Amino acid sequence: MTEPTSLSHLKALESESIEIFREVAASFERPVMMYSIGKDSSVLLHLARKAFFPSRVPFPVLHIDTKWKFREMIEFRDRMAREHDLNLIVHTNPEGLAAGINPFVHGSAVHTDIMKTQALRQALNAGKYDAAIGGARRDEEKSRAKERIFSHRNAQHAWDPKNQRPELWRIFNTRLAPGESMRVFPISNWTELDVWTYIYAEGIPIPDLYFARPRPVVERSGTLIMVDDDRFQFEPGETPRDEMVRFRTLGCYPLSGGIRSTAADLPSIIMEMQASRTSEREGRLIDSDSVGSMEKKKQEGYF
Amino acid sequence: MNAAAPIRSADNDLDLWLAQQTGKTLLRFLTCGSVDDGKSTLIGRLLYDSQLILDDQLASLRKESHNRTVGDEGIDFSLLVDGLTAEREQGITIDVAYRFFSTDKRKFIVADTPGHEQYTRNMATGASNADLAIVLIDARKGVLTQTRRHSFILSLIGVKHVVLAVNKIDLVGYDAATFNAIEAEYRDFAKTLGFETLAAIPVSALRGDNILAPSAAMPWYTGPQLVPYLETIEVASDRTAKPMRFPVQWVNRPNLDFRGFSGTVASGTVKVGDDVLIAASRKPAKVTRIVTMDGDLEHAIAGQAVTLVLDREVDISRGDVLSHPGETPEFSNQFQARMVWMSDEPALPGRSYLLKIGTQLIPAAITDLKFRTNVNTLEQSAAKTLELNEVGTLTIATDKAIAFDSYASNGLTGAFILIDRISNATLGAGVIDFGLRRAQNLSWQSFDVNRDVRAAIKGQQPAIVWFTGLSGSGKSTVANLMEKRLAAEGRHAYILDGDNVRHGLNKDLGFTDEARVENIRRVSEVAKLMADAGLIVIVSFISPFRNERRLAREIAGDIQFTEVFVDTPLEVCEARDPKGLYARARRGEIKNFTGIDSPFEAPENPEIVLHGAVETPEQMAEQLYAQIFGWGLGYTI
Repeated sequence: MTEPTSLSHLKALESESIEIFREVAASFERPVMMYSIGKDSSVLLHLARKAFFPSRVPFPVLHIDTKWKFREMIEFRDRMAREHDLNLIVHTNPEGLAAGINPFVHGSAVHTDIMKTQALRQALNAGKYDAAIGGARRDEEKSRAKERIFSHRNAQHAWDPKNQRPELWRIFNTRLAPGESMRVFPISNWTELDVWTYIYAEGIPIPDLYFARPRPVVERSGTLIMVDDDRFQFEPGETPRDEMVRFRTLGCYPLSGGIRSTAADLPSIIMEMQASRTSEREGRLIDSDSVGSMEKKKQEGYF
Repeated sequence: MNAAAPIRSADNDLDLWLAQQTGKTLLRFLTCGSVDDGKSTLIGRLLYDSQLILDDQLASLRKESHNRTVGDEGIDFSLLVDGLTAEREQGITIDVAYRFFSTDKRKFIVADTPGHEQYTRNMATGASNADLAIVLIDARKGVLTQTRRHSFILSLIGVKHVVLAVNKIDLVGYDAATFNAIEAEYRDFAKTLGFETLAAIPVSALRGDNILAPSAAMPWYTGPQLVPYLETIEVASDRTAKPMRFPVQWVNRPNLDFRGFSGTVASGTVKVGDDVLIAASRKPAKVTRIVTMDGDLEHAIAGQAVTLVLDREVDISRGDVLSHPGETPEFSNQFQARMVWMSDEPALPGRSYLLKIGTQLIPAAITDLKFRTNVNTLEQSAAKTLELNEVGTLTIATDKAIAFDSYASNGLTGAFILIDRISNATLGAGVIDFGLRRAQNLSWQSFDVNRDVRAAIKGQQPAIVWFTGLSGSGKSTVANLMEKRLAAEGRHAYILDGDNVRHGLNKDLGFTDEARVENIRRVSEVAKLMADAGLIVIVSFISPFRNERRLAREIAGDIQFTEVFVDTPLEVCEARDPKGLYARARRGEIKNFTGIDSPFEAPENPEIVLHGAVETPEQMAEQLYAQIFGWGLGYTI
């Protein structure tokens, strides 16, 4: 019998991610895993389960609920928590909720700052978490291409891109001063295509929103917004119409642009993606506010 | 909801395509060179030519490309990869950026590393995970200091394959003689660097010459083009063929019935039924299961993350390394290594750092800085410290013996980083040359009369009282009062005074940072010996650095150690100036004077703080005496 002497590309990425998960569990006192319910989070959860099997995932899973997520995302989240015996923590910014922060009224910048960035900070402070695991990938966006796998945050959760710790080989410096924390990105080296092919190869469940279905949408400046509940604020002349759409990224439904598609299953999605000429984050409205906006958000503590 | 992901019945095409995707090999490479050699442009060109730039990115690029040098496509490719706003403003790359692209034959992960000198550490970072390096040279400038420096670091980090891309060849009129001269000069320089392959290619990243296809402008060049060369070069260093190493990362214990050891196989192959040896305890065991969530495996190869179950209860924790008997790693508390220093704080022999190697984290110190290597000439010269971006050959001693291999024989078990114990910064990266055996031959001689016996004869408990504070703060005055009081009580004490010790034991030491570290190390050892002899030792030293006071505490070991901070403001000390030293320092007659042109790092958690500006020496001595008495120092018997 001849045995293979090297791992396939996907298996190598999987092993690298598992090693990172274990390093977190072994090096930090209070880790937490960010769970945003999207495809990257689904892969992250799958890898976490693999890393610690047969133990259960040894840290809580945190969802920042802006109360504007697609309804289906919340159902999916709760199902995953049940099936995998997760310690699920859900946090919503109470002040934002009381003030009635609303993406329709206050716009994406204010909504994201209060309901995501500040809410995340509140949850991380409340949990005294010293490591927060996230699903960011280096291929997503220019400023993320430079982020470390173990990315240091000061006591204000801010990132200092000019003062990052050099990260050599697979030796991770996990040391922290009191109050500081680490953001950890186990799938840093995965591409969007790697994520999809891995979901396909491993049969990982993802929300149905990724698949093209007839959905009620309105079109705003070239973006298709789904009418997910009766809080939708129509502009004059707008009426929802059913179109075959799917979502490439999932977030708050008023801020997540769908794309017209007939890709109703995984193979079609992968094929469509290979043929596509638009980058993934384009559908995310929060990035288009200004050049360098993602970097600015990260310095402020957004994931 | 997608319980079972819907999969089409007939997707043979997709299966084939997916098989091709996952079957591809992976090449990790980095680009390096000097500022403005065009690294970012080259990577942008590679992304563009492999059709990975998407419509929305192209539109945004054209928008940003005004007022910049552009090729026929109307795009400044460097904008694609220079991610950070600061970089866009300064026009230089300041950090490592990772890029991903693929062709039909290969997947590529590219580390774009900076050319600016102060960020050389990032280049070493990029090199540490790369199989190949593209060294860029501006055809107009030729081989520069930075080219030599980066090539030397590639060699140090063990990158074996190099492509010399002579860029901007269009700007020298596609001149063959220019290219040949640069290639010859570089090959001559690289002779001693141990590269296994070296290919020189004349290119223009901006115009696309010799990137994908032969350039019509350079009929004289008959070698390979860049992308085809990257697609086909064989770089596999067979980690699976090396001796097995399994560093234990995490003990997996879900319940009392299961105890497994999770980790990634660093090299070699481990099989069910294998006999393994634990490096630290030399205890043997047998592998009974290799557990993964996808089911148990019969064997696991280098790179696989698994959980091993052994046939017996053995004491194993994170940091232990498993190997096959007869192929064990070195196990020692001293080794020789080469390091790239990556911090503004220089490397100081004697200072205590944290060393991380594999999953092991342990206090360590540089014991001997043998020499530093001039990265431009590769000449070696004696050195007392190692500054940012310098490369040195040194010996390191760890607090306990650790398992390791030489870097040349095993990259993952022979590499380490040093971490600052206060700031937690990563200070430097090193590769191990060989273990030093003499550490194993030197053992402690034990005697029948021990510290407890000696102390009992004197009717006291030995202790170290460590005074720290500025010159003129009142340390020696208070120490003197303390000793008088102790002597009057019939206790045996001794004052080690900074000035006095420098007249004898430490008269060979000056006042540079590294001399101060050695000064404190020696005094700490002397204090320990005296306490071991049963004495109460009072140390009165400025001892300005936190790291060295921590070292003193560590050297003291289980001897009671009390840090006393005489907190007298600089203005007060300077006004007193009992020895006229501040005045001389202000006139520039004394260099490196603490408080004037050398820092004093105030203690963060001293056991006792005395306020020298508001209390008299008698009050302070009284307070100290009471507090230490309360702690039972010397008076409980």
